[in-house]
Amino acid sequence: MTINYLGSISANDLPATFTKFFVETVSVGFPSPANDYLESPIDLNQYLIKNGAATFLVRVSGDSMLDANIADQAILIVDRSLKPKHGSIVVASLDGDFVCKRLQLKPRLCLLPENSKYKPIYIQHGQDLDIMGTVTAAINKFE
Amino acid sequence: MRLLALVDCDNFYASCERVFRPDLKQVPIVVLSNNDGCVIARSKEAKAMGIKMGIPWFKVKKSYLAQGGKVFSSNFALYGDLSKRVMSILEGMVKKIEVYSIDEAFLDLQHVQNINHAHEFGIYCRNTIRQWVGIPVRIGIAPTKTLTKVASHVAKNTSGGMGVCCLSDQKDIARILKTLPIKEIWGIGHNLSRQLNQLGIYSAYELMQMDIRLIRKKFSVVLERTVRELRGESCIQIEDHCDPKKQIVVSRSFRGRIENLSALKPLISNFAVRAGEKLRQEKQKCSQVSVFISTSRFNQQLQYRGFDSFQLPCPVDDTRSILMGANKILNTIFRKGYPYAKAGILLSHFSHSTFLQKSLFEAKDQRHLKQDTNLMQTIDALNDTQTQVYYASQYPAKLSPIQKDMVSPKYTTNWWELPTTK
Repeated sequence: MTINYLGSISANDLPATFTKFFVETVSVGFPSPANDYLESPIDLNQYLIKNGAATFLVRVSGDSMLDANIADQAILIVDRSLKPKHGSIVVASLDGDFVCKRLQLKPRLCLLPENSKYKPIYIQHGQDLDIMGTVTAAINKFE
Repeated sequence: MRLLALVDCDNFYASCERVFRPDLKQVPIVVLSNNDGCVIARSKEAKAMGIKMGIPWFKVKKSYLAQGGKVFSSNFALYGDLSKRVMSILEGMVKKIEVYSIDEAFLDLQHVQNINHAHEFGIYCRNTIRQWVGIPVRIGIAPTKTLTKVASHVAKNTSGGMGVCCLSDQKDIARILKTLPIKEIWGIGHNLSRQLNQLGIYSAYELMQMDIRLIRKKFSVVLERTVRELRGESCIQIEDHCDPKKQIVVSRSFRGRIENLSALKPLISNFAVRAGEKLRQEKQKCSQVSVFISTSRFNQQLQYRGFDSFQLPCPVDDTRSILMGANKILNTIFRKGYPYAKAGILLSHFSHSTFLQKSLFEAKDQRHLKQDTNLMQTIDALNDTQTQVYYASQYPAKLSPIQKDMVSPKYTTNWWELPTTK
């Protein structure tokens, strides 16, 4: 038989909604003067995502977009509802692989890396290119 | 004329598997049921290879893989997320929508003026979902729900039709119904279609021509409604409020075979616990618990199916009562000497949990009931985190055993399984 010891639980171990459950019932004494000024906390989703149904997160592997501030392991916010323009950073599927590059429509269709170590990818006749969506932001984590 | 639309995702699970796998664009894809038992979805290419819906995987595995087909275990985290995205896009387009299943929704097109406008809307809708989520859909537009199903069927089987089919002209409808076998009509099952065949009714058109009074007398008002709907008279409304579920089922096929009661008990307890969680999520109480156990249907020698129900004295949402009921049933239906392959629990006879039906013999007062509710909420909250609380009769692990050897990443719901790009 296995017995799992739960350990002691502090309010910090519990999910936020659960903590609230206690806060409401335990509050005694003078009501907080901040109560009338409560606002929702800042929500990163609101800042980063315009169209939730069409937005996907994609992780970067490699440094080919370093000069566009997209580092290895960055998380890209990709909005599929935005029409990609000349100069947009896009995630595209090229011959079955996802790539993140800057889209160049003129003078020639091309996917441009943002790192001098890499060469531009000119799309040849017969190559299969689908633009998945436009990259609207990149999250680089430092720690 | 009021028009309705049915939006239906093409080969939904197989299409979901393709969204983050551009390399599988033209490759045949099949998706298997829980435990990798049967084929439950097929891409167009897999259908063309002759893979039938519901066929046991082991029967087609060898030749399918040899021909370059790709197989996936079901990944409901992914399918559920993509479904939600599709439905939320549709919700933004129309005022009234009924989400009919994970991959289908009925829309009320009250904003369109005429059939041309409706057709344009259909194409716009299809292109938007394709672009925003990457899922192909087909759209059937008609004056009644039953006819939108027919239109969707037509859209599916016509190539080059842009996946949108509008049926509003009486002559068009008659022409299509003449070629449509009755078993393809929404709501007409196998038995009913056989009964109708015996009366010489084979096509949807012949059914539509039948005398309404005769249908009501010989069959039912349900079939009468279907016939009226085929004639263009809308009888089945769009239900935009979500009906509470009528029952909750948790069941699994086992990886191996289980013969002992002592090994079966903890598994049934796990099902009971999961079912209890679902019940509370739905804010329901149930007054009947049923349990079934069965041997494999492929084992011809030793076949046994056990099923029984237990009536609870009053509606509950307390896992402890469900566990008590489930264990009682298991003890009565269990037979020694059979290799059990599948088991499950079913909760039914629901009433809304805010509505308390007092039992004469249940002496619990309000204070105790409140304590029970708090206990269940606390356990649910804890089990939602890394910490897990188990009931004594449970197998101490999240619902198991479930076999999924070929499952794709949870691309949209897990930080560590996001798609990657170079």
